[in-house]
Amino acid sequence: MLSLIQREVVENKKWASDEEVLDYYAVAQCTPGVIAVNTATFIGYKTKGVLGAIAGTFGVVLPSLIIISIIAAVLQNFMEYSIVGHILAGIRVAVAVLIINAVVTMGKKAIADKLCAVIAVVSFIVSVIFPKVSPIFIVLSAAFVGLVTMKKGGEGK
Amino acid sequence: MIWLRLFIEFFKTGLFAIGGGLATIPFLRVMSETTGWFDARNLSTMVAVGESTPGPIGVNMATYVGFTAGHGKSGMLSALFGGFLATFALVLPSVIIILIVAKVLATFKENKFVKRSFYSIRPAITGMIASVALMMTKSGVFTKGGNLLHSIDIRAAILFAALLILTQKVKLHPIFYILIAGTVGAIFSM
Repeated sequence: MLSLIQREVVENKKWASDEEVLDYYAVAQCTPGVIAVNTATFIGYKTKGVLGAIAGTFGVVLPSLIIISIIAAVLQNFMEYSIVGHILAGIRVAVAVLIINAVVTMGKKAIADKLCAVIAVVSFIVSVIFPKVSPIFIVLSAAFVGLVTMKKGGEGK
Repeated sequence: MIWLRLFIEFFKTGLFAIGGGLATIPFLRVMSETTGWFDARNLSTMVAVGESTPGPIGVNMATYVGFTAGHGKSGMLSALFGGFLATFALVLPSVIIILIVAKVLATFKENKFVKRSFYSIRPAITGMIASVALMMTKSGVFTKGGNLLHSIDIRAAILFAALLILTQKVKLHPIFYILIAGTVGAIFSM
């Protein structure tokens, strides 16, 4: 996604430089929400202000809106056929594997030390035992733990 | 009022799903538990579609969930509106935040408290996604309730092990693994 944004914004439209796009991307990772959307919003804002931000956001989500609506509508109509059930049963296995792999990839980046490992394990156990506990509660608790264990004058890492 | 609830649920998700990619998934899993709009099997289908289509997966998932929730209410038109509303609600928090703090975002990024919060939030998100992985594995490999050993679906377990190895050996776009698994599912009537 980033390379696509870079090609379009830097090379084709010349709205920003390579460094600027990387900066926007870095900032987008530190704001809540979907990173690609944040990057598009940010580039839109830097290029054409509030209207640019809205246009950028709208543009980046529109393909998803159209494509997913079509697929969801089609799938809804094919659900009665038993073969669709079999296909989806196979796909469920693939999705489980994909998410396991994603967890491993994320874990390598996110778990930098023992404290991170403890936070990850506790979050895992809490969400398994209490499936209805709000993820917001877990996110805020994790932020709290991070902040209270911060060393004075530390670099935040 | 389903539209208000849909908006609030996705606004919250957009505000707290930090870390990109699959970060919205734990939020959607809890949403399925608390709203009843969709179940674990639907969620798995949504992830498969979200991974196989262009566009950020978080946005794809929001459109899909909104569509499903709206469809349950009254057919195609409300389904389309639901998809639009959920997507709008998901991106709204970041649009607002970026508009408000765009000028100071560069310093915001360097702020040590912000850095430290993200340092401890990311492992939490990872742990929550791991719990979804466990749930998805259960729903994919174990069919019935009761004794774990008796409820294991042998064909699914073999496919699971094969895919786990395959994804380590060859790095393909997720859509290929999904296609392979779907084909296997159809051939063996899983």
